[in-house]
Amino acid sequence: MSRTDSDHTAVGAPLLTVTGLRKAFGDHEVLRSIDLTVRRGQVVALVGPSGSGKTTVLRSLNVLEVPDAGVIQVGSDLTVDFSRPVPKRLLASLRDRSAMVFQHYNLFPHMTVLENVVEGPVQVRRRPRDEALEEAERLLARVGLSDKRDSYPFQLSGGQQQRVGIVRALAMRPQVLLFDEPTSALDPELVGEVLGVIRELSDEGWTMVLVTHELGFAREVADEVVFMDGGVVVEHGPAAKVLGEPQHDRTRLFVRRLQQRF
Amino acid sequence: MESGIDWELVRTSLWPIVKYALIGTVPLTLASFAAGLVLAMAVALARLSRVKVLSGLGRAYVSVIRGTPLLVQLFVIFFGLPSIGVRLDPWPSAIIAFSLNVGGYAAEIIRAAILSVPKGQWEAAHMIGMSNRLALRRIILPQAARVSVPPLSNTFISLVKDTSLASLILVTELFRRAQEIAAFSQEFLVLYVEAAVVYWVLCLFLSVGQSALEGRLDRYVAH
Repeated sequence: MSRTDSDHTAVGAPLLTVTGLRKAFGDHEVLRSIDLTVRRGQVVALVGPSGSGKTTVLRSLNVLEVPDAGVIQVGSDLTVDFSRPVPKRLLASLRDRSAMVFQHYNLFPHMTVLENVVEGPVQVRRRPRDEALEEAERLLARVGLSDKRDSYPFQLSGGQQQRVGIVRALAMRPQVLLFDEPTSALDPELVGEVLGVIRELSDEGWTMVLVTHELGFAREVADEVVFMDGGVVVEHGPAAKVLGEPQHDRTRLFVRRLQQRF
Repeated sequence: MESGIDWELVRTSLWPIVKYALIGTVPLTLASFAAGLVLAMAVALARLSRVKVLSGLGRAYVSVIRGTPLLVQLFVIFFGLPSIGVRLDPWPSAIIAFSLNVGGYAAEIIRAAILSVPKGQWEAAHMIGMSNRLALRRIILPQAARVSVPPLSNTFISLVKDTSLASLILVTELFRRAQEIAAFSQEFLVLYVEAAVVYWVLCLFLSVGQSALEGRLDRYVAH
């Protein structure tokens, strides 16, 4: 199922607003003032060549990188200004708003699938174990992994591991789901099952930010595509427009290059 | 020249030696290793700390321990410290010296094991909201444990044998008991080989324990 234009009217008020985000690693400026708005229920795809800073934007949203400057606002009640020293407590609440699905899954290898999923809810959120287990089982069933609940990650295929990664993120009950190239470590025949789950989540109305090289998928599932290069947003807009009729040379070149792979 | 083995002596001396293995060598080893591991964990975390003073102290400690002979450390504590008014009995002296020694070596093992856990594991732990402390306890250390069992077993086995040095500061353990009987009976070869065999059997038990532990910790990795 692909989103029609009428879906765009369904998305709500801005949920996530990024303003003037900057980050440098040593002398290397990775992000040079990034602005980004994600509305409630919207799926935003960040695309661009490697080194463009798209992953750093995503990681900043989950505070896996601490930006040097800029403001991240989530909802109406949380604003973090990185231009000033940010108290740890505030960083923690910002992190709580989102959950990340990693390129290399990063499941905990010493825990079973079920333990992976309830670890955050039980150890961090202090939710009753029974309740967390119940929810975990329900989420696992939804991605078709009920029979793997007691397996260890090494016993799963990449696609199965990534679906557990998605369930682990969902179990944190985030407001925004973040996907960092969720299919680029997968064998081609396993990509579909993971994209299928992401598609379902978008249909359910989850707010998602997705870093991806799958332009076809971005075009299908994303409401908005943000093309980044050299640490700036070059172009953004509806997926069909940015990927279909790019306005900037750099975007055009990038889209053409990726399409040539197929 | 006398020939043949005095089996009667072997028979009568075996129990005293085994007894002092059990009430001397074993508790000395266990106490020193336990205290040494606690110390090693603290030193490993200090070395990994971003606080320069802490990591510097950790590095200095490891350098001194690894750069000086265990026997000298033992003598400094037992024979040296009384000069500055610190008088310790043989047993505490030995336990302190051995645990300080284990602390230095095991700290490097634990530090390396922690560093061997992929960065993505820290990130996933942080993603689900864990503090560094919780991430270390729940996610990182269980994985580091698996990596560190073989080298820590080495340290443990070395320690069993190193405790024989405690005989030189008057701790009555396996080797000192063997020396006493040897001095009395003048049968040095018999008694010292007997002591060697008892050490070897102790280490054999430890190797079996190591394999069992490794098997347990390997249950979540592909074979």
